[in-house]
Amino acid sequence: MNISMMPAAVINGLMFGAIYALVALGLTLIYGVLHIINFAHGAMLMLALYATFYLFKFAGIDPYVALIFVVPGSYVFGYSIYRWGIGKLSHGKDQNILLITLGLSIVFENAAQFFFSADQQTINLSYSYESIDLGFVFLSLPKVISFFASLVICLLLWVLMATTDLGKAIRAVAKERKGARLVGINVENIFAITYGIGIACLGAAGCLLLPSFYVDPFTGNIFVIIAFTIVVLGGMGSIVGALVGGFIIGVTESLGGLFLGESLGQIGISLIFILILVFRPTGLFGAKQ
Amino acid sequence: MNALQNKTTLLVVAGLVASALVPVVIVNKFYIDILTLILFSAFLGQSWNILGGYAGQFSFGGVIFFGTGAYASSILLTTFGIPPLIGIFAAIAAGALTGAFIGFISFRYGLRGSYFALITLAFSEVFRTIANSVEFTGGGVGIFIKHAPGLANLQFIHPAGYYYMALGMVIISLAIAWWLERSRFGAQLIAIRENEDAAEALGVDAFKCKMYAIMITGAMGGAAGTFYAQKYLYIDPPISYSIGTSVEMLLVTIVGGMGTIFGPLIGAFVLHIVNEVARHFIDTPGLSLIVYGVILIAIIGYLPNGLIGLFKRRKKPDKETSDA
Amino acid sequence: MLEVSGLSKSFGGLAAVNQVNISVDEGRIISLIGPNGAGKTTLFAMVAGFLKPDAGTVTFEGHDITGQKPHRICAHGVVRTFQVTQPFATLSTLENIMVGAYHRTANRHLAEEQARAVADQVGMGALLEQAAEGLTVAGRKRLELARALATGPKLLLLDEVMAGLNPAEIDDIVRVIKGIRDSGVTIFLIEHVMKAVVNLSDFTYVLNDGVLIAEGTPSEIAADANVIEAYLGHGAAERMSGDGAAHA
Repeated sequence: MNISMMPAAVINGLMFGAIYALVALGLTLIYGVLHIINFAHGAMLMLALYATFYLFKFAGIDPYVALIFVVPGSYVFGYSIYRWGIGKLSHGKDQNILLITLGLSIVFENAAQFFFSADQQTINLSYSYESIDLGFVFLSLPKVISFFASLVICLLLWVLMATTDLGKAIRAVAKERKGARLVGINVENIFAITYGIGIACLGAAGCLLLPSFYVDPFTGNIFVIIAFTIVVLGGMGSIVGALVGGFIIGVTESLGGLFLGESLGQIGISLIFILILVFRPTGLFGAKQ
Repeated sequence: MNALQNKTTLLVVAGLVASALVPVVIVNKFYIDILTLILFSAFLGQSWNILGGYAGQFSFGGVIFFGTGAYASSILLTTFGIPPLIGIFAAIAAGALTGAFIGFISFRYGLRGSYFALITLAFSEVFRTIANSVEFTGGGVGIFIKHAPGLANLQFIHPAGYYYMALGMVIISLAIAWWLERSRFGAQLIAIRENEDAAEALGVDAFKCKMYAIMITGAMGGAAGTFYAQKYLYIDPPISYSIGTSVEMLLVTIVGGMGTIFGPLIGAFVLHIVNEVARHFIDTPGLSLIVYGVILIAIIGYLPNGLIGLFKRRKKPDKETSDA
Repeated sequence: MLEVSGLSKSFGGLAAVNQVNISVDEGRIISLIGPNGAGKTTLFAMVAGFLKPDAGTVTFEGHDITGQKPHRICAHGVVRTFQVTQPFATLSTLENIMVGAYHRTANRHLAEEQARAVADQVGMGALLEQAAEGLTVAGRKRLELARALATGPKLLLLDEVMAGLNPAEIDDIVRVIKGIRDSGVTIFLIEHVMKAVVNLSDFTYVLNDGVLIAEGTPSEIAADANVIEAYLGHGAAERMSGDGAAHA
């Protein structure tokens, strides 16, 4: 392991970081608006990965094209889960939502194992092994595409939130729930929509991730801690925070793996998570409670 | 003693006698083993119940105490030759200390609700990774325990031995819950669960109480770890720190009824029966867990007080509009 | 008994409580009044340990209790009730009060006895078995009072214990509070219900926009121009004195 590998590690970390950011974006959005912590987030990413995988395997659809199907599909899935599941069953209590999303993740993971088997699956695209030569590092083409696609999607999301009426309604509900209700915003509907958008982010992340990664029923677990760490690092509810946090964590993971090896590198993320929760729970960009 | 207390005492004694006679009546070793597993599950569930059900602090890291306890007694056995009969106390201490460690970090910094659940999750990852990377835990290889039946080794030739040990542990756990419900400490934990600020205003030292609660949880978890190690004779990081165990602990309790004495026991029975029935129909891994997940969601949605809630007819107030 | 000196607290640049000095003598009933948003509950929160003051001290029976945690302040003998009631929802009334009683004794039977006695004192004897979440507003207010009383306090901080009560219930509570004072507990209360303030208080402090604008006996306060203006607006005092003597 020599220092000369660092720049490559950093670049790789940034590549993954963009996708991590997308995953975290969904989570932070859901938290910022609904004030719930979606424990099912990792499991739903796993489902998105599988959806992308099977679209490729049975219909030959390229993952980047699959975005067209998976993103809206994820939105509908997320919207429905909230509308007719979480929203109805939780009776509004915080700890109930915690447990229900936990229950969902158990159901999804084990259903995946039941239907798809526990084998790790990957896909091979015609351009999977092509790379871009930057001189000091080779960048795998899929990773580069995913990187830019992630940024574009984050940008689109930002535009949605900042300029559209829907975005304004969502931000209103996030800031002041009762007030939003009073001015006629259908808060319950906004909740479901926001949850849907959050899961749509996962749909996108799944499509962008699969070419460079793999899927098995328990892939979600890895991303749960990563996503939560990014969200608390960046600040619960902050879109910018999710982006910045995503890059920081991506690079940290990459460098951690470089210096400490695969196994110990993972610990870095959990430790960061604990440290932030303890010393600065509002994160870098979050609002001070 | 009034009539009600007499009746209760009678039921308790009858229950004890009946459960003690089970291995005598049910000779089939397979069934004894299943009952043992149910009791073990109930014991773990009860440990979660102390911090989660009574004190209202939901941890997703209960397995940490289990795993640490298992490693404690196993390392003492394999490296220092200390028999598990003594080692189990070290496991209990290790569990309690681990509880104190995690509790201190979490509660000192005011982590509640989902944040607390998350941090316990992160801790279980950290512990697992450390166990995987460190020499004296055997790293990824794990620890093998020599098969040597004997009381000092807490290993038994006949499954009934494990059954009685598990039964003893469950009885102790029930006693702890029973004591909790009648003691000042228990009332304070429940007050913290219901409204921590109000409890503080009334003189309850929430930090101290939560620390004691998590240490009890930890101690019980540690004991369970030793039991497991001596029964299955092998532990490794995935076994010792698996999230699945943490989830099972809270699942049996929530299904049976949080914050009740018999909740974990009832939940353990029900879930294991569900498991056996599911396995009978389709023997594929994961099916029973899918059912578990659905049951969890259903219970939260329709029977938040667990199955015990079916028996306890509480006066239901009008549903208020909730400001989450 | 209680000395609040130079107590201040700001939130984001806005001074919620600004250099407030209050003195509560033992055995008295002292009230704190003022328009909504004046900072009264913030003051209580600081005295009871729920908020750390930015400046100033709180002294109780000679001990400096500034910034201590609520349970330690309770141990000194200062207990507060909450404006928005905070019952232990799934517990019964009796069990709720027992939590307070447990502050004095570790024995369950003694705590239960104590709780029953307090419940009678406050007039809740009939409601003991009922689940706390099923109580009416009046019931919950009484429960707040009973719980706090059960801890055996020397000083009781009552935060708008009469809000939401009808006149008959108010008269009832006033009687109960007087009884509590007679039994040796000092009372410091925040109130909006003027009838009760006048009936109960030996002395009154008036807070407006975080600053003490007046202090004195209830009748002195009622006639104070500053107070009238704080409640009724600028120029109101003049208008009222122009129409004749101001009534309490």
